[in-house]
Amino acid sequence: MSTPPVIRVVEREARVFARLWRGMVFSTVVSPVLFLAAMGLGLGGLVKAHTGKVAGLSYLDFVAPGLMVASAMQIAANEAMWPVLGAVKWVKNFHATVATSISPGELAVGYLLWIVIRAIGASTVFLIVAALLGAVPSVWGLLAIPAAALCAAAFSAPLAAYSVRLDSDISFPVIMRVAVLPLFLFSGTFFPISQLPAWLRPLAAVSPLWHGVQLARDATTGTLHVGADLVHIAVLVGCVAAGLVWARRTFTRRLTS
Amino acid sequence: MADPLIEARALTKRFGAFVAVDGIDFVIHPGEAFGFLGPNGAGKSSTMRMIGCVSPASGGMLRVLGLDPASDGTRIRSRLGVVPQEDNLDTELTVWDNLMIYGRYFDLARPEIRRRAQELLEFVQLADRRDSRVDPLSGGMKRRLTIARALINRPEVLLLDEPTTGLDPQARHMLWERLYRLKQDGVTLVLTTHYMDEAEQLCDRLVIMDGGRIVAEGSPRELVATHATREVVELRFARAADQQHALARVRELAPRVEPVADRLLVYTDDGDATAAAVNGDGVGAASMLVRRASLEDVFLILTGRTLEE
Repeated sequence: MSTPPVIRVVEREARVFARLWRGMVFSTVVSPVLFLAAMGLGLGGLVKAHTGKVAGLSYLDFVAPGLMVASAMQIAANEAMWPVLGAVKWVKNFHATVATSISPGELAVGYLLWIVIRAIGASTVFLIVAALLGAVPSVWGLLAIPAAALCAAAFSAPLAAYSVRLDSDISFPVIMRVAVLPLFLFSGTFFPISQLPAWLRPLAAVSPLWHGVQLARDATTGTLHVGADLVHIAVLVGCVAAGLVWARRTFTRRLTS
Repeated sequence: MADPLIEARALTKRFGAFVAVDGIDFVIHPGEAFGFLGPNGAGKSSTMRMIGCVSPASGGMLRVLGLDPASDGTRIRSRLGVVPQEDNLDTELTVWDNLMIYGRYFDLARPEIRRRAQELLEFVQLADRRDSRVDPLSGGMKRRLTIARALINRPEVLLLDEPTTGLDPQARHMLWERLYRLKQDGVTLVLTTHYMDEAEQLCDRLVIMDGGRIVAEGSPRELVATHATREVVELRFARAADQQHALARVRELAPRVEPVADRLLVYTDDGDATAAAVNGDGVGAASMLVRRASLEDVFLILTGRTLEE
């Protein structure tokens, strides 16, 4: 019985995770849940006292899918930067991997698949907690998990493709500050992008995170916008596809020269 | 003779305008220990990476295990073991998991990997460290673990790039002894080194590389017999000026004299007679040593430089 190379790559990551998962629980699960409590319940109470609803939803219902997808994005971004650079530049274990019957392209896809699996795990835990807090009105909310997974892949594929080419990590903090953090705040996560100044709205609308959040919110609230949702899916799938093509190329170039 | 295991003709590797490997030919047969000897930058590692199918050739022909690396890289790699110059063990895993995961990369079944891993840890004398992390291991232990890892797929060829660089003498001898055992078990060894004693200890046959080209080929003994004289007289001088001064005089006494940084090497078939002649001539050497010629001398004679430069 042969196992596909991509899955064999995932096995390594799962092995490492099995040793280290306790340390990761806080950043990937506890901290988003704290955000949900502070924003959804605390700030949400204030919103309720003033305007009542945001985009037709209670604030808790509005912000929960936003936070869920945004934290999936953060996991994806983190895992696609330092660990990738480390594995080609410092520890060089990626070089050891491609000396076996695993090719660089398979390594790239396997590593990205692992990131998606982690995002799915974190999103699932988050969704359960959100449901317990009453922030998931519809059973269709389960579909928010694939939405978060798709969004995680849309970020990690191009970022990993970029990271594997680097020789130093100086650009990573910049990416976190000028791309990941602003996206986290302004992609319709905490408030609808209609609140943004008109000139900023198109910028938010090209953010993969906004598309992921919109999908997840439609899922958790059980509202279907067929046309818009298809566009969201198409944009995210497009990012994943382009990212995969690019990552297979950059992994191959970096690891076979 | 059996089909060659590895065969290269006019094999070339370019990085932009830089030619790292400049059209080399070699043939490696099953069961032999074959070496690439040369200084840093001679093109040895680039050659090894092409054989290991992780670096495409820029030109020429290369066959590994009868297959073409350009189209059959995955199949070839599954039958090779690679010990790279720089340790690239997985520092996030234990010694044991390094072997387990590597075995999985080759798609071996877990019970089989467990059997082999136990055997290999005993072979490289690391059985008592199986649950240790990689980082606290000494340089010699990491090297041995890398060799164990490279053997997990029972490779037909083991590629070793500078296997003992950076190790202390005791660790080197232990490694040589393990490699010798592997060779006796029929594993083909292909190694690069810039240590002539390593080449002499381990290699049945070797090529000497310099500047991307092969400058000589043969067994260590053949190479010395063909390119060097039987013996060498080493003359050391108190001052550089003395050495300079003596050079012309010594050249009259022996057909071949190589000046290196701190001594003159006089090549001769009769060391004692030449030593006596040098003494009688009053050249004024501070010390004198007669020894047998080695691969180091072959390299010096062929390239005019020492291996360590």
